[in-house]
Amino acid sequence: MAERTGPAGSGTPAIRLTSLRKEFAGTPPVVAVDDVDLDVRSGEFFSMLGPSGSGKTTVLRMIAGFEEPTSGHIELAGADVTKKQAFDRDVNTVFQDYALFPHMSVAENVEYGLLVKKVSRPERRTRVAEALEQVRLGDHGKRKPSQLSGGQRQRVALARALVNRPTVLLLDEPLGALDLKLREQMQVELKGIQRDVGITFLFVTHDQEEALTLSDRVAVFHAGRIEQVGTAREVYESPASAFVAGFVGTSNLLAGDAARAVIGREGSFAIRPEKLLIAPAGDTQRGDGLMGAEAVLEEVVYGGPVTRYVVALDAGARLTALEQNTGASQAAAHLRRGERVRIQWNPEHVIDVPESASR
Amino acid sequence: MRLGRGAKIALTAFATVVLAFIYVPILVVTLNSFNSDRTFGWPPPGFTTQWWSLALQAQGPRDALLVSVKAGLGATAIALVLGTLLALALSRYDFFGKHAISILVVLPIALPGIVTGIALQSVIQNLLTPVFGIGAGLFTIIVGHATFCIVLVFNNVTARLRRMGGSLEQASADLGARPFTTFRRVTFPLLRSSLLAGALLAFALSFDEIVVTTFTAGPDSQTLPIWIFNNLFRPNQAPVVNVVAVVLIIVSIVPVWLAQRLAGADAAESRL
Ligand SMILES: Nc1ncnc2c1ncn2[C@@H]1O[C@H](COP(=O)(O)OP(=O)(O)OP(=O)(O)O)[C@@H](O)[C@H]1O
Ligand SMILES: [Mg+2]
Repeated sequence: MAERTGPAGSGTPAIRLTSLRKEFAGTPPVVAVDDVDLDVRSGEFFSMLGPSGSGKTTVLRMIAGFEEPTSGHIELAGADVTKKQAFDRDVNTVFQDYALFPHMSVAENVEYGLLVKKVSRPERRTRVAEALEQVRLGDHGKRKPSQLSGGQRQRVALARALVNRPTVLLLDEPLGALDLKLREQMQVELKGIQRDVGITFLFVTHDQEEALTLSDRVAVFHAGRIEQVGTAREVYESPASAFVAGFVGTSNLLAGDAARAVIGREGSFAIRPEKLLIAPAGDTQRGDGLMGAEAVLEEVVYGGPVTRYVVALDAGARLTALEQNTGASQAAAHLRRGERVRIQWNPEHVIDVPESASR
Repeated sequence: MRLGRGAKIALTAFATVVLAFIYVPILVVTLNSFNSDRTFGWPPPGFTTQWWSLALQAQGPRDALLVSVKAGLGATAIALVLGTLLALALSRYDFFGKHAISILVVLPIALPGIVTGIALQSVIQNLLTPVFGIGAGLFTIIVGHATFCIVLVFNNVTARLRRMGGSLEQASADLGARPFTTFRRVTFPLLRSSLLAGALLAFALSFDEIVVTTFTAGPDSQTLPIWIFNNLFRPNQAPVVNVVAVVLIIVSIVPVWLAQRLAGADAAESRL
C-alpha cells in the first residue's frame, strides 16, 4: 500500500516505483522485492525501514541500476530509467562499505565523478574543495582513504556522492559501521546536509529510531513488500499492521482473550510503552478516565533517564511500560520484582492494529 | 599454537633436512661453475672464472638464451592479455558454462607436460605445417608455453578481483563512468601489481620449461633448458653446462622472489 498522492504541490515525484519486482534465481527462486509501489517526493528525506532480508538493499540497487528488475518500472524525476545503465542515471550512492577507491587520495575520490563527466579542471577544484568543506574534511584531501577513521571515510563517501549534485542520493545503511556516539553525531550532520542541499535522500536502515528521527517519511518493509508508508508519527502512532506495530517501537500487542478481557473488544491492539502508567496494586490516585489492569511485575530495568518495567497481566499478556525517571513523587520507583501492580492507560492511546496491511 | 620442546626440535631438524635436500645440490652446481678442476673433483682444488668466460663466448648457449628470452616474453605477453580477459569475464559476468570454463583454463597446469607436448606436436605436424606452413620453432614454443602461463596470470588476477569485490567498480559506474573508463581508472590500477606478479611467474615458468618444449621446439630453436639437456652428457661441455645451469637458476628465482614481494606489498595496500 503506497500513498500515490502527496500534499498539494508536491509535483513530479523524485522517484516513482511501479509494481517493482525482483526475483533471484534459485530453487525455489527468492522473491526479494514483491510488487512495490512507491513515490518519493522531491527534496524529501525518505527512509526504508525493515528487518534483515526484507528487500531494502535490493530496491536501492535497482534504483541505482546495479540490479535489473524482474518486472515493473523505475522513474526518476518523471523519466523512465528502468532500462538505463547505472552510469546513465542521475543518482549517486553512498555504499555501506563506502567503496572508496584505495589507490586515490581523498580529493581524487571526491573529484572522480566530475572527472569522468569532463567537468573543467578549475570548476572541479572549487567543487571538490566545497564538498570536502561541507563534510568538514577540508584539510584531509591529500590523505589516502586507508589513513582515515571510519567516520571520516563515511564523510568522504558522502562528499564523493554530493559533489555531483545528483537529484537523488541513495544511502545504504551508511552509519551501520560506526559506533553509537559517532553514529548519533553523523545522523545530525546528515540531516543538516540534506536540509542545506535540498537533495532527495533515500535512506536504508534497519534501525527504527534512526529512521524515525531523520525522516520526513518512512516506508516499512516486510518480506519484500511495503507494509506502510507515512510520517514517523503516523507509522509509530497508527501502525497499519501488527508487523509495523511490532517492528517500529516496542510492540505491546494485545490479542485474543487478553484483548477481550482488558480492552473489552475483539481484535488486536497495541499500546506504546511510554503511554502505560504503573503503580502499586490498589493505587487508584490517577484513575480519572483511565483504563487499567492488574498485573505482576516481572522485570525492572533501570536505563538512566527511563526505567523499563515488564509486567505480566493477569489476563495473560506481557506488556512493557516505560517511565521517565523524573524523581518527583514516583510511586513506581520503589516497585520490586514479583510485586503486584496496576497498570493504567488512556483509552485514546489504544491502537487498533489490523492483522495485516490492507493491500 | 605452542609447540613442546621436543616437537620444536624435530620440526626444525625436519625443515633443515628438506631445505638442505633442495638447496645443497643447487649450491654444489653453483660452486662447480667456479671449480678449477675440469672433472669437478671435490672438494674443489681451486676456483676460476674461466668457465664463465668460456660460456659467455660460446655461440650455442647464447643462441639458446635468446630463444628462451623471446619465448618467455612472447608467452608472458599472450598470458597477460588472455589471462586477464578470462579472469575479468569469469569473475564479473554470469553466463552459461562459466564454471566449466574456469576449470578448463586452470587445467593445463595440472596436465602432464608430456601429454600436452605430444598433443601439440601432433597439431603442429598434422595441421599447422601442412595447412598453414608453420613448422616447429619459436612460434610453436610460445604457443605451447602460453597454455600454462595463462593459468598463472589468471589465478593472480582472479584472486585480486575476488579480494576487491565488485563494489569499487559499481561505485565507479555510479559516479558516471562507462565500463572502459572504470577499467582504466579503477580496475586496472588496482590489478597492476597482481598483473606484474603473474607475468613474472609466467616468465619464470616458461624460462625453465623443458617437457612441452621438447615437443614444440624445432631443430634450430633450442631453449636454454633444452640446450643443457642436449649437452649434459658431452664431457667437454660439462663446465659450460654448469654455468648455464646457474644462469637458469638465477633467471628463474629472481622473478619468483619479486612476485612474492609484490604480493606481500599488495596485500598491505589493498587492505582498507
Ligand atoms: N544476489 C542475490 N542472489 C540471491 N538472493 C539474493 C541476492 N541479493 C539478495 N538476495 C535475497 O533477497 C532478499 C532481500 O535481500 P536484501 O539485501 O534486499 O535485504 P535487506 O533488506 O537489504 O537486508 P539487510 O538489512 O540485511 O541489508 C534476501 O532474502 C536475500 O537473501
Ligand atoms: Mg541491506
